[in-house]
Amino acid sequence: MKNQTTIIEANKAISGYWTELNQYRDLLFFLAWRDFKIRYKQTAVGAAWAFIRPLFTMIVLTILFGKVAKLPTEGSAPYAIMVFAGLLPWYFFSSSLQDCSMSLVNKSAMVSKLYFPRILIPISPLFVNTIDFLIAGSIFTLLMLFYQYMPSHRIVFLPLFFILLALVVLGLGLWVSALNVKYRDFRFIVPFAIQLGLFVSPIGFSSSIIPEEWRLIYSINPLVGIVDGFRWCLLNENQSLYWPAIYSSILWPIVLLSTGVVFFRKAERQFADII
Amino acid sequence: MSAVIQVENLSKSYLIRHKKQAAAGDKRGPLAAIGQRIRHPFTANHSSEEVETFWALQDINFEISQGQRVGIIGSNGAGKSTLLKILSRITPPSTGKVTLHGRVSSLLEVGTGFHPELSGRENIFMNGAILGMSRGEITRKFDAIVDFSEVERFLDTPVKRYSSGMYVRLAFAVAAHLEPEILIVDEVLAVGDASFQKKCLGKMGEVSSEGRTVLFVSHNLNAIQQLCDSAIYLKQGQTVDYVTGNDELEGLISRYYAEQTSHGKSEWRAENKHHNNPWFSPVAMYAANKQGEVHQHAIRNDEEIWIHLEGDIDNVTQELSIGYVAFDEYGTAVYASKISDTQTGTWPDLKKGRNQLKCRIPPRFLNEGKYSFKLVANIVGGKNWLFKARETNVGIEINIQGGLSDSPHWIRKRLGVVAPVLEWQQAD
Repeated sequence: MKNQTTIIEANKAISGYWTELNQYRDLLFFLAWRDFKIRYKQTAVGAAWAFIRPLFTMIVLTILFGKVAKLPTEGSAPYAIMVFAGLLPWYFFSSSLQDCSMSLVNKSAMVSKLYFPRILIPISPLFVNTIDFLIAGSIFTLLMLFYQYMPSHRIVFLPLFFILLALVVLGLGLWVSALNVKYRDFRFIVPFAIQLGLFVSPIGFSSSIIPEEWRLIYSINPLVGIVDGFRWCLLNENQSLYWPAIYSSILWPIVLLSTGVVFFRKAERQFADII
Repeated sequence: MSAVIQVENLSKSYLIRHKKQAAAGDKRGPLAAIGQRIRHPFTANHSSEEVETFWALQDINFEISQGQRVGIIGSNGAGKSTLLKILSRITPPSTGKVTLHGRVSSLLEVGTGFHPELSGRENIFMNGAILGMSRGEITRKFDAIVDFSEVERFLDTPVKRYSSGMYVRLAFAVAAHLEPEILIVDEVLAVGDASFQKKCLGKMGEVSSEGRTVLFVSHNLNAIQQLCDSAIYLKQGQTVDYVTGNDELEGLISRYYAEQTSHGKSEWRAENKHHNNPWFSPVAMYAANKQGEVHQHAIRNDEEIWIHLEGDIDNVTQELSIGYVAFDEYGTAVYASKISDTQTGTWPDLKKGRNQLKCRIPPRFLNEGKYSFKLVANIVGGKNWLFKARETNVGIEINIQGGLSDSPHWIRKRLGVVAPVLEWQQAD
């Protein structure tokens, strides 16, 4: 018999938060696995959605920016490949953030009737979206075969940029999911912000077209450095990284995640009462 | 025996917002409020709202030792569920402290952790993990859980196709097999059938015999009496009593029954047609003096008390047996009286329409204290009770104070439910 003692007091966080989180690590696995099982249930084409969306967005963006607006690609890479390399992180970002932001509210019954570390709820959507990311990645491979385009050996650094991306999403997700419990306005803010984000981030175009004097300000957007990083890893061109953007992409996850955890822990005690 | 749950000065308050009554002449309606909101979107609308603090729990103190089976009783809104939510750490207390020794597993609502699309097997793992079990632990207990829940055949069916009975069985099975040091169960029996209830009670008894502690909320007081060895009685967020031991428990339950009704009024009047039936629909019940005036205050023991019972009858039958049962404040039945207690021919004639019956309680009969009188009615030879004294809310309460005796030696309340003044004499 384990002899653990829990002391519940008003206005005081329960000690041993991280030990407890560790005890519940299997739950994180099950939550992620359940999201995965549920995600494409009762859809006609199932997991195909994971590549239909980026594929068609890629086609539209390639026609719009590449053919109509005639924007330059990265070096000599086909425009479609350049766009898809940006869509990979973008789709992960937008769908995970969307899922995270609604995660607590969608599980309101669980939040108000069951106890477990609440922080697992906004974390778990990252896993199912990682699987979608991998599916989209396989489409990217097919696309490269189609264009007979060889990726750069720098692809080995891709996981680093993916981790930065995941941490940005998680940091934002903690904030937004907790705020969404009290202010359902975020149900409208998040999709809207994501819609705008597609155009202010270098997804349909290369960030090299941004005029030099604006580039520093443009790099405030953490996705700029991450998307640049993805293209740097995947496209076999002579591009070099714009370091201020990378610094920004490293700084943002640290700030978002640390403040996000603090805010979430403060807010979570009231979740059951206000959700 | 050491305390596994210690609750000290526990309180929980909620802020509730009321819309202030629109001032007279303010007939702008909800559209105006929306307009206001658009013009000043970020100012909280304090002018039209009143915030009130509502205490769901107030200054609760108790200690529960290992292996105890504690029932929590109280009417709706007494704070039972809030208490369980605090103990399960779902919601924080506003003040006070709770110390729990050991793992807590709580089942506050049946199947909350279930996902309808997942199969029974998948949900067992899911739910087990939510309750804090590791994968290995669940695998070990998997067979026992399936066994208990009797759903082997449907293990791979999505639970959305389960019957509600299967649903509860599975949910209860997972929670009960967690082997927590403290098992908290809120009103789950209401869902299952009789055999399942029996099984649940058995399992909870078994859990506690292994030295685990069970906290159990139910409106089914028989179940509490069967299972529990102690009980906490909550009323409007406060502890009325906390007792241990079977007799004490029974006493507390009876007291709860007695306090359930008529809010201590010596007069009851029908508010709705809820009690409608063709044989006897009660309209009023009250305690009055000889002149038929309702007793408003405490009644002296040497006063006459007339219990009036008014009701409507559509189907007149002499088989109607109607009366009342008197309970003392501990819920012990003092006596029962019915219109047909005397020899045939002396009973009051029942008629179609309004009937006004009354029954005299002689002076110097009931002791000092609070009594409740509950309507009882049935059709002789019929299967069902129209009104059962322990269950109906048709009833009144009276308070008897003073007038015990003319003797200088008998000036304060003596032991006993009744206080008759009997005569003594030399036997020779």
